[in-house]
Amino acid sequence: MDFIWLIPILPGVGAALNGVFGIRFFGKRASGLLACATMATAFVLSVAAVIQLVGLPAEARAHDVTLFTWIPPIALQTVNGIGTFQIPWSFRLDPLSALMILVVTGVGFLIHVYSIGYMADESRGAYARYFSYLNLFCFFMLTLVLGANFLVMFVGWEGVGLCSYLLIGYWYEKKSASDAGKKAFIANRIGDWGFLIGVFLIFFTFGTLDFRAVANAAGSMPVETAQFGTLSLICLLLFVGATGKSAQIPLYVWLPDAMEGPTPVSALIHAATMVTAGVYMVGRNAVLFSHAPMTMEIVAIVGVLTALMAASIGLVQNDIKRVLAYSTVSQLGYMFVAMGVGAYAAGAFHLMTHAFFKALLFLCSGAVIHAMAGEQDMRRMGGLKKYLPVTYVTMMIGTLAIAGIFPLSGFFSKDEILLNAFLSNKIVWAVAALTALMTAFYMFRLISLTFLGAYRGPAWETSGPKAVHEAAAHGVSHPADPFAHGQAARDDHEISHGPADGVHTVVAGGHGHGAWHGPHEAPRTMTVPLMALAVGAVIAGFVGIPAALGGDNAIEKFLEPSFVAAGVAHEGALTAPAHQGEGTAATGAAADAAAPEHEKPEMAAAGEIGLMLFSVFLGLLGIWVAYRFYVRRPEISEYLAARFAGAHRVLTNKYYVDEIYGATVVNGTLGSANGLWAIDRNVVDGAVNGSGWFTIFTSWVSGLIDKYIVDGLVNLVGSILERSSFVFRRAQTGLIQNYALLMLVGVFVFVTYLLLR
Amino acid sequence: MITPAHYTVLSAALFVIGMIGVLVRRNIIVIFMSIELMLNAVNINLVAYSSQLHNAVGQVFAIFVICVAAAEAAIGLGIILAFYRNKETINIDEMNLMRW
Repeated sequence: MDFIWLIPILPGVGAALNGVFGIRFFGKRASGLLACATMATAFVLSVAAVIQLVGLPAEARAHDVTLFTWIPPIALQTVNGIGTFQIPWSFRLDPLSALMILVVTGVGFLIHVYSIGYMADESRGAYARYFSYLNLFCFFMLTLVLGANFLVMFVGWEGVGLCSYLLIGYWYEKKSASDAGKKAFIANRIGDWGFLIGVFLIFFTFGTLDFRAVANAAGSMPVETAQFGTLSLICLLLFVGATGKSAQIPLYVWLPDAMEGPTPVSALIHAATMVTAGVYMVGRNAVLFSHAPMTMEIVAIVGVLTALMAASIGLVQNDIKRVLAYSTVSQLGYMFVAMGVGAYAAGAFHLMTHAFFKALLFLCSGAVIHAMAGEQDMRRMGGLKKYLPVTYVTMMIGTLAIAGIFPLSGFFSKDEILLNAFLSNKIVWAVAALTALMTAFYMFRLISLTFLGAYRGPAWETSGPKAVHEAAAHGVSHPADPFAHGQAARDDHEISHGPADGVHTVVAGGHGHGAWHGPHEAPRTMTVPLMALAVGAVIAGFVGIPAALGGDNAIEKFLEPSFVAAGVAHEGALTAPAHQGEGTAATGAAADAAAPEHEKPEMAAAGEIGLMLFSVFLGLLGIWVAYRFYVRRPEISEYLAARFAGAHRVLTNKYYVDEIYGATVVNGTLGSANGLWAIDRNVVDGAVNGSGWFTIFTSWVSGLIDKYIVDGLVNLVGSILERSSFVFRRAQTGLIQNYALLMLVGVFVFVTYLLLR
Repeated sequence: MITPAHYTVLSAALFVIGMIGVLVRRNIIVIFMSIELMLNAVNINLVAYSSQLHNAVGQVFAIFVICVAAAEAAIGLGIILAFYRNKETINIDEMNLMRW
């Protein structure tokens, strides 16, 4: 298992090669092949590593590989005393990260293969850029899940945010796409701020950032049930990071806009991997969260509210990718519900099954969009079942999986979550069950509008110049088309036509070979991954068959050691089989005193089966209602939309959250920026200009002083002398007799003086 | 008897008359004559006391005075002639080029 460092590095190398050389020199075939080859090799290595891991005994399933020392050891004084702090760049393979690398490399590889077909219309350089970014994303994601300490994980955390921005804004010449990329990155960054503060607090409290060391140190701390202490604050801040990355309230707003990116990007990043990073992070810090029950409650409540809200918005969306985006937000809410009630393994299990069926759903929607030459509005589809049989079957499998129908994978994972929610908090369970009903409804609505019923799309010519005209008119809002007006007026993001829009001037056809010949099945590079993912969506659930149905919940036992501190893992593994046996009827939420970090409430097998039947019933009910609304009697939905027009408008406008954010946060930031600019302009520059003015003023005054006072004094002396000279020169009469008289007078005075002396 | 006191009184009177002439008269020739008068008055005084004191120094000094008076009169007249050629006047009140 010492080779696990290769697993992230290989896609990284692929990204570097494609980025540096591929954009200039490689052909399309070469760059696509390189990217897929790195992912395939990474997948093979992951499988090999996991096989080796499983061969180890349950308590010892952790293996570290250190590449180099990032921050060398320094002595450190923390709250708990003096220790040594260092950050090695190490990867750790344990059950949770094993699951994640299999998901990322497996699903990632299939999506890379799919992209070869989907992105075939791009120019050579842009094609290589796409695969470079995709590989780069996988590199960062694998670093994130394999990291052994918070800093390595954070490098991956930031990196996937970056790649999400790069890939959402892949068609950057389209303003809505670049705006969406910015929105995603900024929302992520806001979450990262909370995450970083949490990491700082962890560093301050524990003096270390290694996951296992932090878990061990926290394991010996008391559980904070009474007051909101340090651990609760840390976990809350980490969860803020998770809301940004995994699109929960309040930072989910970037995910629907992220549909501006290519569909495989939506499948990989915004369904299977990046958005699950938050869930992974919470699971990785399960020990910390277990010691902060108040934060866990917040996590569960935020999760279930997000699930409900997103599902309600998804009910009325018309863009096929938007429905799937809100569905993703909703399912992520489910995962956080699981994490919030302490069922970490259930959350990770749902993460895995969700990766399969959500990626499948996105890729199928990509195939549909590809077939419809860029059209994404479901109201202009319909009846595609006969043109796209493979896509129809695989998408139906995905829909049944997400609706939680037995025996597909979604049933097992969603049921595990619902069971644990029921045992912990009945209200959360009720809302989650309602959301399950809505999920089934809107997913089957999607199927009905897209594949069933009558074809509502544009007509196509089989040949002739009219075909070109037809295809050119398609994708641009036609004046006579009632749908286009409404859409364009409301939200110009709804129809993001990717390859068929502005930049690519090839006539609106997914193939670029002229006229559109009607919807047709996608090429093999696209349908084979669909089939592979469909197989996964069917069988992935069988690793988690609960005890009530006769299985042994293998995945929960496998993941158990990752969620407890090292000293307790042994105990957990021993007592787990006792919990799983049927017949142990300890009803209610009885906490297990032997393993305080891992409560395992219990319920009778009969009760479990009852809950399962209820959730299957909800799924079938949702499907049946959607079938009635959209296939049998389509006018019902229009009637309801007219009857409840206000609610319909609120839902269609996504509860106006974006507008609220724009008015408050965005305008607040811009306003304060303007205010600061005004301060800078008036106060700071005013001070500078004022001091300049003051200098000029004082120099003017001193000039006056110099001119009038100093020079005046000098001139005064001169004028005094001049005036007095006027007086004295009158003695110079020029008359000789005057002088003679003066001489005589002088003689008299002198002689008188001498005589009288 | 005629004592030296008589000669001194005579000398003083002549000197004063000459002095007043210098200070009062406007004609420059008359002023020169008054200056000669003053000088001669001094001569009388010198000779009188030389006779009384039976010392020849007084008489020698008187010869010197006469000599100087003559030279001075010559030069003075030369100046007056030069001035008259320029200014056409011998009124001393009009000879005030050195005034302010």
